Amino acid sequence: MTLVSAWVLIITLFSLLYFIASKGIAPFLHGEVTLADFFSGNWGPSLSAEQGGPQYGALDFILGSLMVALGSAVISGPLGIGAALFMTEIAPKAGRKILQPAVEILVGIPSVVYGFIGLTLIVPALRSIFGEVGFGLLAGIIVLSVMILPTIISISADAIHSVPQGIREGSYALGATRWQTISGLVIRVAQPGLLTAVVLGIARAFGEALAVQMVIGNTADLPFHLLKPMSTLTSVITLNMGNTVQGSTYNNVLWSMALILLLMTLILILAIRFIARRREV
Amino acid sequence: MSQKVRVRCFQLYYGTNHALKNIDLDLAENQVTALIGPSGCGKSTFLRSINRMNDMIKGVRTTGTIHIDGQNIYGEKVYLVELRKKVGMVFQQPHPFPLSIYDNVAYGPRLHGIRDKKRLDEIVERTLTEANLWDEVKDRLHRSALGMSGGQQQRLVLARVLAVQPEVILMDEPASALDPISTERLEELIMRLKDQYTIIIVTHNMQQAARVSDTAVFFLNGEIVESGPTDQIFTNPSDPRTEDYISGRFG
Ligand SMILES: Nc1ncnc2c1ncn2[C@@H]1O[C@H](COP(=O)(O)OP(=O)(O)O)[C@@H](O)[C@H]1O
Ligand SMILES: [Mg+2]
Repeated sequence: MTLVSAWVLIITLFSLLYFIASKGIAPFLHGEVTLADFFSGNWGPSLSAEQGGPQYGALDFILGSLMVALGSAVISGPLGIGAALFMTEIAPKAGRKILQPAVEILVGIPSVVYGFIGLTLIVPALRSIFGEVGFGLLAGIIVLSVMILPTIISISADAIHSVPQGIREGSYALGATRWQTISGLVIRVAQPGLLTAVVLGIARAFGEALAVQMVIGNTADLPFHLLKPMSTLTSVITLNMGNTVQGSTYNNVLWSMALILLLMTLILILAIRFIARRREV
Repeated sequence: MSQKVRVRCFQLYYGTNHALKNIDLDLAENQVTALIGPSGCGKSTFLRSINRMNDMIKGVRTTGTIHIDGQNIYGEKVYLVELRKKVGMVFQQPHPFPLSIYDNVAYGPRLHGIRDKKRLDEIVERTLTEANLWDEVKDRLHRSALGMSGGQQQRLVLARVLAVQPEVILMDEPASALDPISTERLEELIMRLKDQYTIIIVTHNMQQAARVSDTAVFFLNGEIVESGPTDQIFTNPSDPRTEDYISGRFG
């Protein structure tokens, strides 16, 4: 029975990979789009031939995805690891009673709710504080930070938990204070697990579509301004996949973006494997 | 022979469990004292009272005094950091830090403010030599300590303790996880170290207690039944319960 489900899983995975890859490389095989076009910043799928179109450059979106994912990890990484340390090392009782249930609730909230909160609270707040439209990179980063926080907290807490008690005792017995033990030893020993937590958080942020799409503005612009609208791979795919004709170049280019997304996620997962492998040495 | 540790009317409770009852004991400097007795009689608890490692356990309450060099470590104005520098501890399981061999030994000195590379090098070499480990590891100081054998790990942990220059060393069944050869090396080491340190060791191995210790203390149900020179305790105990335990009739 387990063997059957394992095979079902493997076959599903490979057909998925094959399906996305075959659709994703189609535009390049037929010469409709060159790699240089695709990795350029010129996006104009509905431009007419006289206007130089159509153009299928996805660079803005690739960078957009990277920026929101890394941005949210920069916020949630330290915050999540800090919270994990608090609930395991400093106040395990409060951690178990308050933080743990809070984390579980955060995990259970559907992403559309996060998006909706972002749309009705964060975007207007940014608008009134900074006087810009409010939609954009910063709004996306804030919403995603909250969404990936529980992932980072729970994996970090596991990593800290798995540091043997004997190691802490050894440190205290040498005259270390609690702060010295946490900062000099526990964090160092748990480091591979903490890195894994952050990388998984990035992977999660990278793949999130709905909530991001609701708050980032969805314009084809480079994502280098915190308060200007932009797009990510996921938001472009979800917004346009249903409105394009199956088999058309535009539709296939969306599949190419999905392929990029898949490859990046794969790289992140390999990175986690690599970190875990190093821990065993 | 001057007195190093003096225990008076010491009691310890884990919540309602009265684990140490009215302990009175004097320990001389530069001697090895063996704590013997059946499992659960309070040997580890007593050992951990001498560097106040029990402070970290919830619900622990103590009364009475333990003086080290005339200072009551349960009195006011005791700095745990200073106490634990002075009273080092080797646990049953070695638990080296998952760092390099060098960083394991340098951990304590660094905690206490020594940053100078030359001085750290010197401390690492001296203490590893003292712990009989230098020749085995001098070519791989910067490799992980987790790759060492159990016996090497236990000596590394001892070197780690020596590196903070303690005066008293507490050992809780340090040889229970070791093979006979490693155990023998550790025992030789203990006998050599007593010239400079006051050593208190918990052991379940009667031969080991007889070989390494000058004084033996027999615990039963949280009380001291008998203490005295090791030969006397082993050959001519005054309490029948001591005799029963030593001859293997219980525990
Ligand atoms: N952390 C603890 N919390 C509560 N009770 C403990 C703890 N450690 C030991 N005890 C109790 O104290 C008594 C003495 O234990 P211990 O000092 O470990 O004995 P020994 O080392 O002689 O085997 C036992 O009854 C044990 O159950
Ligand atoms: Mg014990």
